This record gives sequence, C-alpha cells and structure tokens, in this order.
Amino acid sequence: MNRLVFLLPLLVLLVIGGYLAVGLTLDPKKLPSMLEGGPVPAFNLAPLEGRDARGFSNEDLLGEVSLVNVFGSWCVACRVEHPFLMKIKENDWVPIHAIDWREPDRTAGPDWLRRFGDPYTLAGDDPRSKAAIAFGVTGAPETFVVDPQGIIRYKHVGPVTQQVWDDTLAPLIEHLRAEAANKSKGEGG
Amino acid sequence: MKRVLLMAMLALLMLSPQAWAVNPDEMLKDPALEARARVIGKDLRCLVCQNQSIDDSNAELARDLRVLVRDRILAGDSNEQVIDYVVSRYGDFVLLNPPMKKKTLLLWYGPVIILGLGVVAIFVFYRRRRHGTVDATAGAVPLSDAERAKIDKIMDGDR
Amino acid sequence: MIVELGHFALILALGVAIVQSVVPMIGAHRRNAVWMASGNHAAIAQFLLVAVSFACLTHAYVTSDFSVVNVVENSHSAKPMLYKVSGVWGNHEGSMLLWVLILSVFGAAVAVFGRYLPPALKARALSIQALIGVGFYLFILLTSNPFARMIPPAPDGQDLNPLLQDPGLAFHPPFLYLGYVGFSMAFSFAIAALIEGRVDAAWARWVRPWTLAAWSCLTIGIALGSWWAYYELGWGGFWFWDPVENASFMPWLIGTALLHSCVVVEKRDTMKAWTVLLAIVAFSFSLLGTFLVRSGVLTSVHAFATDPTRGVFILAILLIVVGGSLALYAWRAPQLRSTGLFQPISREGALLLNNLLMGTAAAVVLLGTLYPLFIDALTDGQDKISVGAPFFNAVFIPLMTPMVVAMAIGPLLPWKRGDIARALKTLWLALFAALGAAMVAWMLYADRSPWGLVGAAVAAWLFVGVLTELAERIRLFRVPLADSLRRLFNLQRATWGMTMAHLGLAFAVAGITGAGAWKVESVQTMKQGDTVNVAGYEFRFDGAEQGRGPNYLLTRAKFTVSRDGDFVAVLEPEKRIYPVRQMPTTEAGIHTLLSGDLYAVIGDPKGDGFVTRIYFNPLVVWMWIGALVMLAGGLLSLSDRRYRVGAPSRSPRYAAAQPAE
Repeated sequence: MNRLVFLLPLLVLLVIGGYLAVGLTLDPKKLPSMLEGGPVPAFNLAPLEGRDARGFSNEDLLGEVSLVNVFGSWCVACRVEHPFLMKIKENDWVPIHAIDWREPDRTAGPDWLRRFGDPYTLAGDDPRSKAAIAFGVTGAPETFVVDPQGIIRYKHVGPVTQQVWDDTLAPLIEHLRAEAANKSKGEGG
Repeated sequence: MKRVLLMAMLALLMLSPQAWAVNPDEMLKDPALEARARVIGKDLRCLVCQNQSIDDSNAELARDLRVLVRDRILAGDSNEQVIDYVVSRYGDFVLLNPPMKKKTLLLWYGPVIILGLGVVAIFVFYRRRRHGTVDATAGAVPLSDAERAKIDKIMDGDR
Repeated sequence: MIVELGHFALILALGVAIVQSVVPMIGAHRRNAVWMASGNHAAIAQFLLVAVSFACLTHAYVTSDFSVVNVVENSHSAKPMLYKVSGVWGNHEGSMLLWVLILSVFGAAVAVFGRYLPPALKARALSIQALIGVGFYLFILLTSNPFARMIPPAPDGQDLNPLLQDPGLAFHPPFLYLGYVGFSMAFSFAIAALIEGRVDAAWARWVRPWTLAAWSCLTIGIALGSWWAYYELGWGGFWFWDPVENASFMPWLIGTALLHSCVVVEKRDTMKAWTVLLAIVAFSFSLLGTFLVRSGVLTSVHAFATDPTRGVFILAILLIVVGGSLALYAWRAPQLRSTGLFQPISREGALLLNNLLMGTAAAVVLLGTLYPLFIDALTDGQDKISVGAPFFNAVFIPLMTPMVVAMAIGPLLPWKRGDIARALKTLWLALFAALGAAMVAWMLYADRSPWGLVGAAVAAWLFVGVLTELAERIRLFRVPLADSLRRLFNLQRATWGMTMAHLGLAFAVAGITGAGAWKVESVQTMKQGDTVNVAGYEFRFDGAEQGRGPNYLLTRAKFTVSRDGDFVAVLEPEKRIYPVRQMPTTEAGIHTLLSGDLYAVIGDPKGDGFVTRIYFNPLVVWMWIGALVMLAGGLLSLSDRRYRVGAPSRSPRYAAAQPAE
C-alpha cells in the first residue's frame, strides 16, 4: 500500500500523456457546429448593390438541396475556393447562395464578384454579422449544406476544393436528393 | 510550396480588418444596460482570437457580438437569454466561465478534491509522526560523523 | 559559411552530450574518478559549442543574411538592431537554440562552480543534464533546424511579428528560459540522488541555490511578460490565464514550493521523498510548457506557429524524461527515510502548509489548462469548452488568500514545536493594519468586487506581518536600539532574502488587487481640446499627428493630465502600423504614480476626433515593484555565504577556510 503511493505520480503522468497524445490528433481551432441537424436560422438580408433586386432570406432555402456560402471580399481563402465555386455553377451541380459577410462598404462585395465571376444564385449583404452569427460562423469561408426542408445537414469550414467536393459534398448532396425523391414518391403513392 | 501557400492562406483566413475593443458608438445610452452588456461580454469568448473575451478583443467578430449582445438587451432579453442565444450558435466553447454540467463536474469539484486529498495525506503523515513511529533509516545511507561535523560547521548559527 | 559552422557546432554538441550522458554515469557507478571528471570537460565543451552555434545564428540576423530561411521569416533589413538580435529567439527554431544554450550554461556552471560537490553526485547530475540535452539537440536538428538555407536568397525578410518588437518582450524569453531550464538542475540532482538512494541536508543545500536562481529568473520573466501585456495590449490587462501564461506559472508555483521544502530537508532532515518529487515535477512542468506552446494542442494568442511532428517529438521527450524519472521515483523513493518528529504547529508545519497550497494551486491551474483538451479528446472533437479567467479567479483567489495569511504567521513559529497563540498575539499590529486597509478599501470601492477588500486586507496583513517578524528577529524595543541595529546588520542574507521575497509578494498582492478590482475606465470620442475626467484626473486631448518610425508608420496623440488645475503629466500614446506584416499595434501612454497609473490609448479616427480610451489603474506599479523586490530577495538569498559550498567563493581566504574535500 505504502509503496503504491509512490507510483501515483507516474500514473497521473500516463493519464495526462495519453490525453496529450490524443490531443495532437485533434484540431483545437475546429469548432463543432451547433446547427447541424437543425433548421436554418431566420434571417433576411438586403440585396447586394447592382446585383439584383432580390435579397436573401431563410425562406429561399426551402424546396431543393442548396449550399450557403459565407464569403467576403477581404477574405484571402475565399479567393482560393472561388474558381471551384465557379465550376460548380458552370456545371449546374447545385445552387449556391451567398452571405456576403462584413464588407467594408456597399460596393466591395459586388465589385469583387464582377471582377472574379459570380457563382451565386441568391446573395445577401451582411455587414454587421447578423446572419453570420445566427449561423455560428467564426471565419470565412464557411459552407453549409441545406436540405429541401431547410435543415442544415453539414458545415464545411475553409475553402471548398475539388477534394472536399468529391469526398464529402457531392456524396451528401446525392444522398439528400435521393432522400427527398423517396419522400415525395412516398407522398405521391 | 503548395502546402506552404495553403498554410499561409489558412492563417489569413482568420485575419480581417481591425477595430478596437468596446467603442463609444456601440455603447448603450443607459449606463445600467451598458453595465449589463459589460458583464455578459466579459464571459463570452472572442472566437477568432481564442483566449480573450469579446470585451477585450479587437476582432471584428467580437465587435459584432458586442453589438448583438446590446441589441438583445435593448430588445428586452435577460442576461441568461442573451448568453443562451450565443451558446445556441457557438456552443459551450463561447463561455469563458464553463457552466456546471455533467462534463464539467470534475473541473469544478477537482480543486476541492485535490485540496481534500492533500489535507488527508498530511493528516495521515502527522498521525504517523505523532505516534512516534519514527522511521528507521534503513535503506538510506546515513551521514558519516565527519560529514555531519562538516555540515554543522557550514550551517553556522541559523536559528 | 558561418551559418554552416553554426550547424556543425550544434551537431558536435550533440556528440559531446551523448558522451557526457554515458561516461560520467558509468564512472560514478564504478567509482572511476577519471570517467567521472570527464563530465566536467564535456559540459564546458558543450557550452562552448552551443555558444558558437548561437553566435553564428545571431551573426546571420545581425548581418541580415537572407539566404537563411529563419532570418527571412523573422527579420527585416530595416528592423532596429535590438530587435534583429531579439529576433533570434523570437521564433520557434531560434528559441529552441536559446533553450539548449541555457541548458548548457547551467551544465557548465555546475562543472565550474561545483567543485565542492561529491564527485559521484556531480557526475550523475551532469549525465542526466546531458541526457536532456541529447533529446533537445535531436529535436532541433531533426525537426527545427534554424540554419536551413534558402536558394536563391530572398531580397528582404518578412519582419518579426510587430507585437514582439518591444523592449519588454525582447528580454522576456531569455529570463523565462533561464527559469524553465534552470529547474533542470534541481531535476538532475534529484535523479542523481534517487540513483544514489541518499537525500540529506547537504543535498538540499546544493539544490537550493540552483532552484533559487531559476526561480528568480522565472519570477522576472513572468513579470516582464505581464508588464508587456499591460502596456502593449491596450486595455491594462496584465494576466489572462492563457494556456501559455499558465505554462510558465505552474513551474513557478512548484518551484516556490520546492524552495520551501528544501529548507525543511535542510533543517529537519525530513520531507525528502516529497522534495525530490517536487524537483522532478518542477522541471516536468517546464517541459509540459514547452510542449503546450509548440505542439498546437491548445490554441493561444502567444503560441508559435505549430507543426504536428514537433508536437510528437516533444511529447516523446517529455514522456521519456518525466516517465523515466517518475518510474525511478516509484522504485527508489520509498527508501528515502526521514527522521525526527513533525508537529503541525511549527515552522516545518507552516512550510508544509505552503507546499500543500502551492501544490494544489499548481494542480488546479493544470486541471483548468488541460480540461478543454480532455473534453475534446473524450468526445472526439464533438464537444469543446473553454476554461477562462472567471474559472481561474474563482478557484485561485480562495486558495491564495489563506496562503498569504499563513505567510505572516509561519516565520514566527520556531522549528519543532511552536505556539500559535503566541505568534498570533505578536501579530496584533498586522491585524489592525488588515482591518484598516479593508475599511479604507470599503470606503473607496464599496461598489466593487468584495475580493478587492480581501486583497487589500491580506496585502496589509502580510506587509506588517513581515515587518513584525523582522522586528522580533532583531528584538526591536526589547533590547537597546544599538543592539537591535547590530542584530539587523548581522542577519543572514538568506533571512533577508526571505523577508524581501515575502514583502515583494505583499506589494504584488496590493498591485494585483488595485489593477484587478478597482480599475476605472472611460471610453469616448474626443476632439482636439476636449477634456474628460477619470478618477479625479482631468485628461485634455491635444490632438494627434502622423509620423514614421524606423519600420512603421504611427499616429501619436497627446494628452495633458491635470488634477485640480495642477499639471500632472503629458501622455503620448501611439498607434503603429507595420507595413511589412500589415499589422497594427498600440503603445499605451502611461504615467506612473505610486497611487496608480494614468493610462491612455488612442483608437481610430471618428469624424473630426478620435476614439480614446482612458484608464486609471490603481496601485499597478506595486506589482512591478513587488516582482523586483522578490527578485532582490532571491538574489540576496543566493549570495548567502553558506550556499557557496555548492558554488564556492573565489576569495582564496574563504576557500582556505573550508575543510579539505
């Protein structure tokens, strides 16, 4: 018994060491999304200047599988993913809607889209992070996959790349569409 | 090189234009409400700077959260309702003061347990010593007389 | 060429360290004097080689050699010379080189000053020291080479993070590392003692000066970091319970406990196994700190850019070094028997109480620092929590309050058996002081946190308590004054050291209380000529001007502060932009008074004025004075003649007076 007391420090070290080892495999910056599996938060954003008259609200997300992409003209990583978003648009794989987050002025976002191309179906201006906070966004870009019932099914943090698309987004979108088709078939029959 | 570039990009991901901690234009007119906003702000973590409260942070997101807190207070929310809303968006991670829950039991009671174990250990130690079971010096090499004398000489007259 | 020389010297140092970790150890086992003595030469050679290596890297920085990756990433030709030099350790690779440099300095110091150490103990300690070195040389050479070249060379560098271009932070890391790495000496002596199976008063006496030196450096390192945060981050905060700060605070807490338990081993020949454990744990926390800062398992404002392979490597070193030593401890420590009675109410009892509270405090800080990681690991990243300042304040302050209270009583208790009632009676004046301070605090700050009252009370209690103890020691007013003065001058330096260190803490508690609980803040937009009244001082904004520093652009504002119409000070806060990194920094304008700091920060332009933040931070300067007084106490104690048995005086007269070895 007495001797076992002297083993105690070693045991404490092993427990801590184990956790530290596991800790090395985790990313402390990656936050779990609170909204996955729940409905899209209510928001209603003004349109981007000179783009079209329509803004963007949560009700626009009902009816089909879509992506909601949070971007900003100040965001360098958004430039990285931008060509791939254009590719999605050109191939008409899935509609992408935009929350144009925290622009320094009204024209910065639209200018950026004119310069590099506009991959978005709907877009809303969010200068004061109203929608971004409602979505639990911490940094741009972030991309949400929303199903036809308006439920957030997945959140991707960081640029959307071909690899992210192939490995995660495309299969998920496929699955959600099949799910929706089954449902409407069930209702129809 | 591509990897390096990507890392640099990711580092920049978090960067955005700077503002400074609590600004006059965000402050509420009513000092009582503003004081409430400060209390809430001290306990909410700035998510992009990772270890500061939104009150102390210069990040834009922190400013927008401060504004949100004040909007909600003006809309009539209680402090708890404001905090609950932010937690519903960002999770318990946003709370600098971790809530008492099952998963934080060990955190909150840990200090008491550690202190308690220490007190018990010392109590046991004193009991043994008081009952005169002075440990034999078995196993250890005692000081030789010469060494003892030398030390006594070195340790001149401290009380 | 010089750069390659530096790289080569480091490889040689690794070779020497490998030899040093094996030969003296075997020598000590076989009682072979020549083999044991080889440790001395190796330790000195190691130091020279690392010093050459460090000098080579410094040369590359000073001459802005942009063919070296490390220099390109962390320097710029336009940077002031001070920051070119401090840039050497302002990054991961260079700071690791500083780490091993300091490790080798301590090793060489043992070799040079440890003439009176028993040769076997010295040989074993140097071996252990070298073994730690081997781990870190390999770490640097395999994962973090500061000497890597870049072909073709870059035209100019990317500059050092502007936040680090600051005099306070330039010297923060060297002191911090002197502290961290300094605990390796106590560690090596502890392991050597475990191997020998012998811990005695003499051992404690050899360990204590090294621990004192490390503790003093760590104290000043932490204070520098805190001071920097206070004036640089722009809102007067000085401690954030950030993981990286905690990483430096835990070894300090354990080091403080170790200093006190060493005294018990020395005077009462007891608490040996515990003291050895503290020596191991103090250095383990240093290694843990190194791991936390560099592995990226915890996010922190201060953390270095991280790389997972480095994390794995340091974790391996940590587990081998600490795991190995704790296994040895489990095996050998039960044989470290103590003698003598031990009464709760006695000096040793008070020191044990210090150990209990300091140890608990360190464990609690560890718990709070690692808890988010536990939750993260247990839920596989599905749940994350934060543990921030509110938690640490809630548990730490209640732990430290009884500790400070006991600090006034402990030194009044004699060894072996004390009389608590008598000690308390002696402290009547301290009690009055505490009540008085609390009342004054209550009158001034009734609306603030009740902990402010507690802080004021315990600071006054400790201050008067320490002076009471000193008065008792010199029998003030009980013997003629001349007699008392003679006693005062004849006090041991170690006694002075204790008195100063405890006084320093009293000052620091006052400063922390003032800045933590009673800060006054005023944020507003001001036009030129506007005035604002903060804590009875009138701040007049005299406008702002643009300018340019050596490698930055600046906006400098001017405030004139007056009180009741009398001029007090001019404050000139700056806002800087460093174009190379496109990063802004703030430089607060501070005027220090003993009653508190006048503190002004300039924000963004707003209309035809500026956003300004003005603070009155009561008593802050006492925090820095407290740290300096603690440092002075540490150094005084270190200079005590009696400790030079481990580090002998060079005075021949004194050396001759020593018994022959």
